[in-house]
Amino acid sequence: MRNRMALCPACDGEVVIPADAMENEIVSCLECGAELEIMCLDPLELDLAPEVEEDWGE
Amino acid sequence: MRVALLVTHIRAEEKLILAAFNNRDISPDIILDRELNIEITQGAEQLAPSGIAWRDYDLIFERCVSTSRGMYALAILNSWGVRTYNTYETAATCSDKLQTSIALMQHNIPQPHTRVAFTPDSAMQAIEDVKYPAVLKPVTGSWGRLLARVHNRDSAEAILEHRQTLGDYNHHTYYVQEYVDKPGRDIRAFVVGDRTIAAIYRASNHWITNTARGGLASNCPVTDQLDEICVRAAEAVGGGILAVDVLEDTRGAFVVNEINHTMEFRNSSQPTGVDIAQEVIDFVIGQIGVVA
Repeated sequence: MRNRMALCPACDGEVVIPADAMENEIVSCLECGAELEIMCLDPLELDLAPEVEEDWGE
Repeated sequence: MRVALLVTHIRAEEKLILAAFNNRDISPDIILDRELNIEITQGAEQLAPSGIAWRDYDLIFERCVSTSRGMYALAILNSWGVRTYNTYETAATCSDKLQTSIALMQHNIPQPHTRVAFTPDSAMQAIEDVKYPAVLKPVTGSWGRLLARVHNRDSAEAILEHRQTLGDYNHHTYYVQEYVDKPGRDIRAFVVGDRTIAAIYRASNHWITNTARGGLASNCPVTDQLDEICVRAAEAVGGGILAVDVLEDTRGAFVVNEINHTMEFRNSSQPTGVDIAQEVIDFVIGQIGVVA
């Protein structure tokens, strides 16, 4: 498996999807900084990740 | 051995945990908290979103970044007798700084002087009782959010007014601590069962040293003294797999600041040389007592 490219749903920039990526993994767009969630690997589908909520953390 | 990983989404830690399970020939199902739709009275016979009955899992490993989702899921699963890491008891205590303080007090574990008040007037008195600078924290929350170091009465009044006016009722429980004048760092120790497997210093020029806020991680030797206080603190909140945050006061004595039940550790294995994910998973497998 190789890295793949996808379009950022926020800025249309190119996002690198690592070869070992998983569905529901969070990745970042290096062009606009948006946090993105991999919704599907085949076909590759990205969506904006949910906004951080007040109860998120460790 | 059937295991599920309950998550909000997949982060670096969850990938490391999945790889550690895979190293032991276990492939956990991934259950997204957003897909939960549970009939409380139907019990563990009902199907999880994975299509497997909850009762058929040997373990649900809770790794939700959403504290409330994870905690309530644990409450339900434990009430049905489903085994989880961590338990609801531990999660409920750790997710609330006041409950954590009570647990530490009950077990005679050193912690910063802490006061609690419920109105701005009594909170002002609490701040002046612990003396300036004081630290004001929400009782719930993480990643250093909404912490305030209060240097004088003017800033105390402003912060209390903002909390009372803009915050919901959670922010009207005023949790006030003395400021511990730590040496530009704090300690994050990783406790697995009855052992501190690794620890890091988190150094920062800012008084908030969370790595989520830019604190730099380096190895912290696990001395007998550090191990002892961290293991006791972990036991005080119910035990399990925990990150214990420890401060060193001006005399070098340890005080336990808080305890995290869904710890982040992506930046901690490299400086410590400890494969934290594998240590955690091997402990969990050992506890279940099933050879994969």
